[in-house]
Amino acid sequence: MSYEPVDEQTALAHGLTKEEFAELCRGIGRVPNLVELGIASVMWSEHCSYKSSRAVLRDLPTEGPQVLQGPGENAGAVAIGDGLAAVFKIESHNHPSYIEPYQGAATGVGGIMRDVFTMGARPIANMNSLRFGSFDHPRTRYLVSGVVAGIGGYGNCVGVPTVGGEIYFDRGYNGNILVNAFTLGIVREDGIFRAEASGVGNPVLYVGSKTGRDGIHGASLLASSEFDDETEEKRPTVQVGDPFTEKLLIEACLELMEKDAIVAIQDMGAAGLTSSSVEMADRGQVGIRIDLDRVPKREARITPYEIMLSESQERMLIVARAGSEHVVQEVFQKWDLDAAVIGEVTDDRMLRVLAEGEEVVAMPIDPLANGAPVYERHFAPPAKLADQQRLSLGDVPPPGDYDRTLKQLLGSPNIASRRWVYQQYDQFVGGNTMVRPGSDAAVVRVKGTNKALAMSVDCNSRYCQLDPYVGAMTAVVESARNVVCAGAEPIGVTDCLNFGNPEKPEIMWQFREAIKGIRDACGALGLPVVSGNVSFYNETDGRAIPPTPTIAMVGLIEDVRHQCTQWFENDGDLVVLLGRTREELGGTEYLATIHGIEKGTPPWMDLAVEKAVQRVCLRAIREDLLVSAHDVSEGGLAVALAECCISGPGKPLGAEIDLEASIRPDAWLFGESQSRILVSLRSKQLTRLRELAADNEVPLSVLGTVRGSRLRAGRLIDADVQELRDLWSNALGDLMEGH
Amino acid sequence: MRRPRPGAGSRVMRCGVVSFPGSLDDADTVHALTDVLGFEGVPLWHKDRDLHGVDWILLPGGFSYGDYLRSGALARFAPVMDTVIEFARSGGLVMGLCNGFQVLCEAGLLPGALVRNRSMMFVCDAVHLRVERNDTPFTGACEPGERLVLPIKHGEGCYVADDATLRRIEENGQVVVRYVDANGETTDAANPNGSLNNIAGVVNDAGNVFGMMPHAEHACEGLSGLRDGAKFFRSVDSWLKNGGRA
Repeated sequence: MSYEPVDEQTALAHGLTKEEFAELCRGIGRVPNLVELGIASVMWSEHCSYKSSRAVLRDLPTEGPQVLQGPGENAGAVAIGDGLAAVFKIESHNHPSYIEPYQGAATGVGGIMRDVFTMGARPIANMNSLRFGSFDHPRTRYLVSGVVAGIGGYGNCVGVPTVGGEIYFDRGYNGNILVNAFTLGIVREDGIFRAEASGVGNPVLYVGSKTGRDGIHGASLLASSEFDDETEEKRPTVQVGDPFTEKLLIEACLELMEKDAIVAIQDMGAAGLTSSSVEMADRGQVGIRIDLDRVPKREARITPYEIMLSESQERMLIVARAGSEHVVQEVFQKWDLDAAVIGEVTDDRMLRVLAEGEEVVAMPIDPLANGAPVYERHFAPPAKLADQQRLSLGDVPPPGDYDRTLKQLLGSPNIASRRWVYQQYDQFVGGNTMVRPGSDAAVVRVKGTNKALAMSVDCNSRYCQLDPYVGAMTAVVESARNVVCAGAEPIGVTDCLNFGNPEKPEIMWQFREAIKGIRDACGALGLPVVSGNVSFYNETDGRAIPPTPTIAMVGLIEDVRHQCTQWFENDGDLVVLLGRTREELGGTEYLATIHGIEKGTPPWMDLAVEKAVQRVCLRAIREDLLVSAHDVSEGGLAVALAECCISGPGKPLGAEIDLEASIRPDAWLFGESQSRILVSLRSKQLTRLRELAADNEVPLSVLGTVRGSRLRAGRLIDADVQELRDLWSNALGDLMEGH
Repeated sequence: MRRPRPGAGSRVMRCGVVSFPGSLDDADTVHALTDVLGFEGVPLWHKDRDLHGVDWILLPGGFSYGDYLRSGALARFAPVMDTVIEFARSGGLVMGLCNGFQVLCEAGLLPGALVRNRSMMFVCDAVHLRVERNDTPFTGACEPGERLVLPIKHGEGCYVADDATLRRIEENGQVVVRYVDANGETTDAANPNGSLNNIAGVVNDAGNVFGMMPHAEHACEGLSGLRDGAKFFRSVDSWLKNGGRA
C-alpha cells in the first residue's frame, strides 16, 4: 500500500470533479494520499454532503414546540407527552435494491433502524414506500419479490413490526426502483442520545459486526451516480445484512444506554467508519484518532483504504466516558458481540488514522465535514411540461360500463389490495399494533400510556410529474389526512426526496418546486420536517424517475378510545362525504388505467379547505361521532366506497349511494379531488356532524346508507361486494404469479 | 403429569419465559403474562440453567440464533434447555409458541417437525383455529370444537411427521388445534402453510408439553381486534390452581 500523493485521474475516478479535487487540496493544505482521497470522496459525495440540495432544503420548516431534535442528527425527535418522544426517519436504499433486491432492501431496513435506536429509542414500527416499473417489464416481478422478501427477511427477524407502507407501479421506474424505509421508535425525553463526540481522551469504541470488504464505495459510486450498462458490475458495492446481529445490537445498545457509560453513539451507515468518525468529531468540534489494527476484521488482508470505506452492516461507533470501557465491553460480551477500543477523542480537530504503527491519514475534520462545495444548481421547467399538462375532458369518452370500470380499477396494480405484500411482514411483534396494514394509517399504542401513534407514508408521483409543487403539497396533506382518519393529530414529518440527476436543470426545477410544495403544505398545517433524506441520480441511461418526494407522517392519538378505521361496520349507518368533488380528472388513476392518458394538471389543492376538512374529521372522531373514516384518493369516490365495503376484517358490507348529477359521472365516481373524507356514522350523529362541518365551512353531503351485500351507486354501479373483495384481494398476488 | 405444589390456588402463578439470542416475542410474552393475564412473567436467560422456581415455562417466538442452520436447531443446545427438558420430563408444563414450538420439536419433546411454508414465503395473518380437545392443561378454558382467531407469523410453520407418527398422534388425540376456515372446516384454502392435516398445534404423549405456531401472546388485549389467545393462558392458570385438573 502506497501513501504517496494521488494524481488528478485517481480523484476523477473517485467521483470528484477537477474543481472539487483542487478545492480538497486547498482545504487540507496538500495533495491527499489514496486513503485520504477515499475518505474525502465519500464525505463529499452527494449522498453524504447534500451539496446539491443543502441550499434548497433550508426553506423547509423544521421547528415547533414539540420538536426535540430536527434534521442533522441520526433521526428526528418529537415530544408526545408523558415525558416520551417519538423518534423517526425515512431513508432511501434505491440503487442497491435495484442491483441486489433482497440484500439492498434488507440493509435499507437495517440502516434506518440503527439510525433510530442510535438515538436511544426502541424501534416499535417500520413502514416502507416502494416504487417499481410496470408489470410488463421483465425485471419487475423479480425486483418486487426480492425487495419484499428482503424487507420481511430483515424486519421480521429483528422483532420490529412492519405496519404500513405504499407500493406503486409505473414504467417511469422500470430502470430505477425506489425502496424507502421508515422506522419509528420511542424514548424517554431525557434519554435521547446524540452523535456529538466530546471529552478529550475519551475512548472511541467499535461495536457490532466485524468489518469486511462489502459495500465499499456504496455512498459515492453507487448512490451518487446514474445507472447505465455497467451497473451490474457494481454489485460488490451492495452490503450484506445480518438481522440476527442487528437484534443483538439493538438490545446491547439500549441496555448500555441505561448505564451512563457513553457520551455519543453513531451508526456506521453510508461511508461506514469514515462518516461516523468524521461526523461525530465535527458535531463536537473535536478531533479523533483511530488505530485500524484494533478494528475487528472479517478478513486478514483488508487494507486501510478498504476498512475506512467498508459499509459492512450492524456496526456502531461509540464514544465512552474514560474509565467506562469495561462497562461497554461487559454488555457486549453478554450479547456475544465484539466491542473494541479503537481510538480516542483528541483536541486537534484532525482525523488521524493509524495502521501498523504508521499514520496513514492526517486530515483536518472541518473541510471533510463541511468543505464540500454547496452548489446552486441551474433550474428550468421541463420542455414537455406544458404539453403534459394539456388535457381536454371533451376528448375523454365516459365509460360505457361503469361496473366494469370499477372492477378494472380495483384489480389494477396501483389500487388492488396490498395484502400479498404485507402478508410477508410480521405486523404483530412488539405487541402494540392496534391497526394493521390495510387502513388509511397504521396505529401502534405507546405502552404504559393511553396514547397511540398513527403513521402513513404517501406520494403520488404522477401528480408530481405533472406539477411537482402541487404534487408535493398533496403528498404532505394526504399523509396528514390519512393519520387524521385514524383519529390522530399530525405532529411531524420526515421526507425522502427521490429525484433524477440534479445537474440537469429540469430535475433541479422539479426538486425546487417539490420543496416549495412541502414547505407551503407543512406551513399551512403547522408541521415540522424533523428528518429526511435526499436521493438524487435516480436515472438509467439518461431517463429520470418521476419526481417522488415521499412523505411519512406521524400523528398522535391522545386517547386510544378515540380512534377510527376505514371500513364500514354497521348495516344502516349513513355514508357521508366531507369536502367537495370537482369536475377534474387530470393525473388520475382512472385516466391512466382505463384511457391510457397520463396528462393534465393534478387535482386542485386549497390548503385552507384541506385544513378545515381535517379539523372536522378529527373533531368528529374525538367526539365519537364516526364509525369509519376513509381518505378519498387514487380511484376516487367509487374506489373509496368499495374499499369501505370490502377492506374490513369481517364480512363485506354493501352500500346504497345516490349519484350527484351536477358533474360528469366519471369525474364524480373516479375523479381524485383532494380534501375529501368519506365517513360512516349512526344517523343520530348527523346533526352534530353537520354543525361541525358548518362551523368550519366544510361541504358535507349525505351520499347514502350502508346496506345489504351490493354496492349500488345510482344506476351506474351495482356490484356484489364479495365479488369485489375477491377481485381486489387477489389481484396483486395474481399479477405477481404472472396471471 | 406433575401435580402443582399444594396451596397453588391462592398464589400468582409464575411463568418462566426463555430468552435465546434472537428471541423476539419474549418481552411481549412477559408483558402479556404480567400486565394482562395475572401471572408473573419471569425472564429466563439462555446461558442460565436455573429456572428460578417457576410454575411453568414458555418458549417464545422469534428467530433464535437467527434460525441459521434450521429453525430451533441451535436453541435446543442452549444451557437453559437442559433444565427445560428435565422440567418437561418430570411432568412440568411447557408451552412453545412459533419458534418455541420449533425448538420443542428439535429437542424431541414434541413429535414431528416444522419446515418451510409451502408458499416458500413468510406469512403473517389472522387465522381461524378449531380447538380439538379441551381436556389438556392448555385448552381447558375453551369449548370442544371452539373456533378461535389468532395471529400467525412464520416462514417455517408447515407441520410434518412421518406416516407412523402422524397416525399415532391423530389416534392418541395429540392434535390440539387445527387451521380451519370461517365455517370451522379444515379446508386446504384455510391451511396457511401446508401443514399435514391442517395441524397448528400438538401436545406430547403425556399431555404436559404443548407447541403451536399461532401467537397466543399477541392476542390477549384486543389489539387489532384479537383476544382469543388469552384462553390458552387462562387454561394453564386454572389447571395449575386446581391442582392439575382442567
